[in-house]
Amino acid sequence: MREAALLSVRGLAAHFVTRAGTLRAVDGVDLDLASGEVLGLVGESGCGKTVLALSLMRLVEPPGRLVAGSITFDGNDVTAMDTRTITRLRGRGMGMIFQQPRTSLDPVIRIGNQIAEPLISHAGMSRAAAAREAIALLEAVGIPGAEAKARAYPHELSGGQAQRVMIAIALALKPRLLIADEPTTSLDVTVQAQILALLRERCRALGTALILVTHDIGVVAQLADRVAVMYAGRIVEQGPVGDIFAAPAHPYTQGLLQSAPVLGRRRERLAAIEGNIPDLSRPIPGCAFAPRCDHRPTMGERCDREMPPALAVTPAHAARCWRLATP
Amino acid sequence: MSLLDARGIAVRYPVRGGVLQRPTAWVRAVDGVDLTLDAGETLGLVGESGSGKSTLGRALIALRRPDAGTIRFAGDDILALDAAGLKALRRRMQIVFQDPNASLDPRRTVGGSVRMGLDLHAIGTGAERREAVAEMFRRVGLRPEHVTRFPHEFSGGQRQRIGIARALILNPELLVCDEAVSALDVSVQAQILNLLKDLQAERRLAMLFISHNLAVVEHMADRIAVMYAGRIVEEAKRDALFAAPRHPYTRALLSAVPTPDPTRRDPSPPPLGEPPDPANLPTGCRFRSRCPIAMPRCATEEPALAALAPGHKAACWAA
Repeated sequence: MREAALLSVRGLAAHFVTRAGTLRAVDGVDLDLASGEVLGLVGESGCGKTVLALSLMRLVEPPGRLVAGSITFDGNDVTAMDTRTITRLRGRGMGMIFQQPRTSLDPVIRIGNQIAEPLISHAGMSRAAAAREAIALLEAVGIPGAEAKARAYPHELSGGQAQRVMIAIALALKPRLLIADEPTTSLDVTVQAQILALLRERCRALGTALILVTHDIGVVAQLADRVAVMYAGRIVEQGPVGDIFAAPAHPYTQGLLQSAPVLGRRRERLAAIEGNIPDLSRPIPGCAFAPRCDHRPTMGERCDREMPPALAVTPAHAARCWRLATP
Repeated sequence: MSLLDARGIAVRYPVRGGVLQRPTAWVRAVDGVDLTLDAGETLGLVGESGSGKSTLGRALIALRRPDAGTIRFAGDDILALDAAGLKALRRRMQIVFQDPNASLDPRRTVGGSVRMGLDLHAIGTGAERREAVAEMFRRVGLRPEHVTRFPHEFSGGQRQRIGIARALILNPELLVCDEAVSALDVSVQAQILNLLKDLQAERRLAMLFISHNLAVVEHMADRIAVMYAGRIVEEAKRDALFAAPRHPYTRALLSAVPTPDPTRRDPSPPPLGEPPDPANLPTGCRFRSRCPIAMPRCATEEPALAALAPGHKAACWAA
């Protein structure tokens, strides 16, 4: 059995209720994460991966809200926490970084002060000690000339530097979990490689678990210990990174791995997944991938009628596909 | 003779400052680029943001008139053409953008947007135009009965199909694809890349395929040019470039792409530093501020793009 989970999510649902209808962005997610583990959460736009990431910190904003399920973090029920407790959790327990680092930084506050702020308010450091620690943190995230850079404003940073600063802030209080939502998507590939190496190194050094939300399977292959594949608000496959890449069990995962061109492995044609993602404002009784699935014709109507549960491929690897059900 | 033959292309933008917003400096977005493209050939143009690749793409089809250089298209000097000549030329060179919304009028039906080229150039009768649009819709994988719908009724992938239909309705000889699949999810991106390849083969299109994604460019291109800070630093046939890159920037780009194989974890990349300020480029070689093998000579003399082998050029003193 796995060691006691740091994070355990059961039946989590986050819906957006508007006059136009109910959008089921996250619709019944089960997820486990061990201390220090790196989970790659992959999926395409609109699959609900960002809403899921925000849900874990209870950061979903109206008209979105959590409508069902539980989130247990370090033994505590996140869904039942009062505002004060959740605020403390967001500082000390979980950190988060986003795709656009510059929009998460305050444009009129020097970056040294932005890094020092949580050290003062959450960790009770003195102003002087926090300022020294901020410079040490800037050095740890690879900002050259940290002492001078601490006095800079966000607009004086490049995109890569801004993301380094965000990582410094998110990890300042040594949280047990860092959620990184597409942290390198807006960066150039050479800068991306540097930021990913930094994320891996800092999380390892601090023993921080990482949920890396991304659409890029290359990024997942390089960083993740375990992978969760999301489609239409649900996790359709979950398992160790080696198993997911070597023997993907869900037709969507298989399609995702085959449709991206791979450097140095050129093929004349790409294996596209035909069709489009389903409309999440309508209830989907069966498997949400069935309309695009190559196996649907041979599998029959069960795929349209009944949602497949997470079925085991191996003890650590499961997928929501009726093909895995023993007849 | 090449279909497109561009020499010494330069495009510069002013950096404005002060209360009068006068130009205080110039960004040389494209700074002396030579490029040729044959009929039926796909040239991939790669580089990072700010390298000038989109600006170059626009300059080559005279969407942004270059500040210097000559462009010959099928032998004609296109920068010497008058307005009527340029309009006639537009039929023959078209562009597909990253964001199809930028080229589709939200208040016009998608059929109307695709048909606009035929209307502007007064090609065929009304009935013939309608039939041509329906046929184009079928060809790019859209339902002809959807011509009366509006752009917002389509997904991103479908809108890009409409953008391709709009670009190809006039049967151009040259198609510029500027990050045409970058905003799409991989499963849909694969559909569009397959479609573009099929269309290119059918129509013997010359294609300039601009992308920051090296794997996508490797998939599409016959020949590849790597751009850095306004210049082409390496150019080669696809397989030669990926097998034996000669410029240190090309090597850095290639090694930075994450390998989608968890059993082969990439070593941590060597530090590469920040891209230079485009208004204040280093003297000598533009890449030297980030180059792992820079020599004293690189600070004083800028290396020219020189032939190293047939069809393989690089601008590096160490290549």
